[in-house]
Amino acid sequence: MESLLNVRDLVKRYGGVHALAGVDLDVRSGEVHAIVGENGAGKSTFLKILSGAVRPDAGELRFAGAPLPLGSPRASEACGIVAIYQEFTLIPALTATQNIFLGHEHSIPGRGAARRGAMRTRAARLLADLLGTAAGSGGVDPERPVRDLSVPERQMVEIARALSRESRLILMDEPTATLTAQETARLHDTVRRLRARGVSVIYISHRLEEVLNVADRVTILRDGRRVETVASGEATLDRLIRGMVGRSITEHYPKEAGRAGETLLEIHPADGLAVRVCAGEVVGLAGLVGSGRTELVRAAFGADRRPGLTFAWCGRPMRPVAPREVIRLGIGMVPEDRQRQGLVPGLGVDVNIALPNLDRLLAGWLPARGGPRRLAEPLIRDLRIRVTDPSQPVRNLSGGNQQKVVLAKWLARRSRLLILDEPTRGIDVGAKQEMYRLMNELIRDGKGVLLISSDLPEVIAMSDRLYVMRRHRVVAELDARNASPEAVMVHATGLRG
Amino acid sequence: MSRRLLRDYGSLLGLLIIGAVLGLLSDRFLTTSNLINVARQVSINAIVAAGMTIVIITGGIDLSVGSTIALAGCAALLVARLLGDVVGMTVGILAAAGVGLLNGALVAWGRVPPFITTLATMTVVRGAALVLTNGEPIVKTEGPYLWLGQASVGPIPVPILLMIATLFGAHWFLSRTRWGTYVYAVGGNAEAARLSGISLAGIQILVYVLGGALAGLAGLVLAARLSSAQPNTGVGFELDAIAAVVLGGTSLMGGEGTIWGTTVGAFIIGILNNGFNLMNVSPFYQLIAKGAVIVLAVLVDQLLKAGAASGVARGGPAVAPAERAEERSLPG
Repeated sequence: MESLLNVRDLVKRYGGVHALAGVDLDVRSGEVHAIVGENGAGKSTFLKILSGAVRPDAGELRFAGAPLPLGSPRASEACGIVAIYQEFTLIPALTATQNIFLGHEHSIPGRGAARRGAMRTRAARLLADLLGTAAGSGGVDPERPVRDLSVPERQMVEIARALSRESRLILMDEPTATLTAQETARLHDTVRRLRARGVSVIYISHRLEEVLNVADRVTILRDGRRVETVASGEATLDRLIRGMVGRSITEHYPKEAGRAGETLLEIHPADGLAVRVCAGEVVGLAGLVGSGRTELVRAAFGADRRPGLTFAWCGRPMRPVAPREVIRLGIGMVPEDRQRQGLVPGLGVDVNIALPNLDRLLAGWLPARGGPRRLAEPLIRDLRIRVTDPSQPVRNLSGGNQQKVVLAKWLARRSRLLILDEPTRGIDVGAKQEMYRLMNELIRDGKGVLLISSDLPEVIAMSDRLYVMRRHRVVAELDARNASPEAVMVHATGLRG
Repeated sequence: MSRRLLRDYGSLLGLLIIGAVLGLLSDRFLTTSNLINVARQVSINAIVAAGMTIVIITGGIDLSVGSTIALAGCAALLVARLLGDVVGMTVGILAAAGVGLLNGALVAWGRVPPFITTLATMTVVRGAALVLTNGEPIVKTEGPYLWLGQASVGPIPVPILLMIATLFGAHWFLSRTRWGTYVYAVGGNAEAARLSGISLAGIQILVYVLGGALAGLAGLVLAARLSSAQPNTGVGFELDAIAAVVLGGTSLMGGEGTIWGTTVGAFIIGILNNGFNLMNVSPFYQLIAKGAVIVLAVLVDQLLKAGAASGVARGGPAVAPAERAEERSLPG
């Protein structure tokens, strides 16, 4: 088979972090090529470069023999590369047909009603081809507004739109994340039909069994590098998992062992294991992206309501109805997305730190003058937050420093339990080391830490105990000292290694 | 640096330039009596705009203030006829605060967008004022309440004193109380504020009640000046208030803004009105000119902001957009 896409030495850096550190990859015409890897291995960055959403720092890309223009979604689409994203890009109020031909209606001959009829016929045929049915018999009705279609039907419309533009390479990022087993099987049939038409597919999925089932070849990425590319006939689950997690641990985790004291927080789900966090220990929550870790801790913090969960704080039942109440009990949360959930970007470092503490900074019933600044200054010093002035707006700080500001809010509050949701995401190695040091200090002070991290070696190394979640259930509790990444991955994916 | 000065004091500079030009064009403009006259004309809009500023900083808007002015005046005078001026004025303010409470409850608990909520209450409250008065003006030419609109303390008319007190009070609220800080936090990032333990509903209700109560105060001053309350008064006042807030550099997106800026904005509108009247410009042209000034001011502000942003792209100092800061690695 001739090759359609040749990638050589692709590099993309974000700050000091390599998302891709020199990746080579070839995709053949009419091939389903899967890419697997841990969270943060560089899969999504790779797709974004191909679709033109992100411009690489270095490297060569050739598509159908010619250099691929970089950093332009329009150019990528004109070449015949289309990405099908997890969040759909369809317009809900328009029909399937209108969505399929949106922006290139003029490619259909005729005008007025004649063109609309031709579009309808073509749309029906495209959708029928994808589903392997005769046109007009069952399947997706091309005249229905997209908002009335189910998730898999919308996916078919997305793929039909790609085909209507004569795409030669379709990029799918976790296309089955929200599908049932049956719907997944149907999607795989469609992928095979695409292959039969000579269309190539790059298929990213966390579900390794699926990958072996549908792909011709599998490329394993780890830390922005290609580990290997294997024909799926020669690949085994064991080989894939080992390739994904078996990194030489270059990072140093300065973990101090915790000494579990009294129980602080308990989360009892309707089914699956209960989660317990004690004073003086770090409890890790591992799992794949979308396994429900963030949802669980947000419910405990009162940020969202979730039925079927019961909570206890220091042995007494707790009903987290609003963050305000939970904060008063002594729980703090460093949320997943510090920009959108953790900080008010236009306000100063001191005011951000003081935000959950203003009710305590009173002189009489008014805030003490200069209270936020006095509260923030020792924390800025202790956490080594780099600021020109305590009232500098947080939007001007680097990611690592911003993260420290979010943490400082709860240190100032003297919260007894800290929920840290991806505390080291997107910050550089130096700032990560400081975050680890702070976690040690917290448990030395007798505080409890509940740590969510998608960085598997990190969550294992920095935790005392570890829970693993899969599909919104806590499926395993492990002693972090002798848990292997492979063992955690087996629980997280539900596969036997 | 000079660019930053220009951005922070640009509206004041605009006010001074317009003032200077009007002073050159009309020898009556820069007289003490005319300037006091301007301040008295500005006072009602400034009182309303102070409340509007607080609402807009949370990312909201209040279109119902014009109708609230009418309702407060009518309710106050109706009750004052029966139970005396003090009770009447109190009822007027309470009625206006009640409109704010309704707005706040709909926004906070009903999750109705502020624009829609207050567009609806604007109509409802206007209707209520008409029902209450049967569509007739309520005249009351005597009583201590007239002090609010017609008296002076020394050379300074009471409406101006009330305006000054309101502006200082609102400034104090925003800069010195913790609820003021929460107002900025809710407008700057509602989710982060909520996750910091701030009650979103509480703050939203508070700001609409404040906005309503200040519109009520403006309604009383207006009634006292005219010795009567009209159910049809205050139409379009919400637009003047919003214009003052925007001219003062407050972002309609929320999260930033100052009472100081709004004060300057209200005075820009006030001296434009006054200057045009002194020069006998037709009211029709006045409308066109006022609109043009507002657009021009915001346009200049946008250009200055864009300039500041591109200064960073060229490797300029301090003020970096968030994404850029995110990508920058932390040394050490």
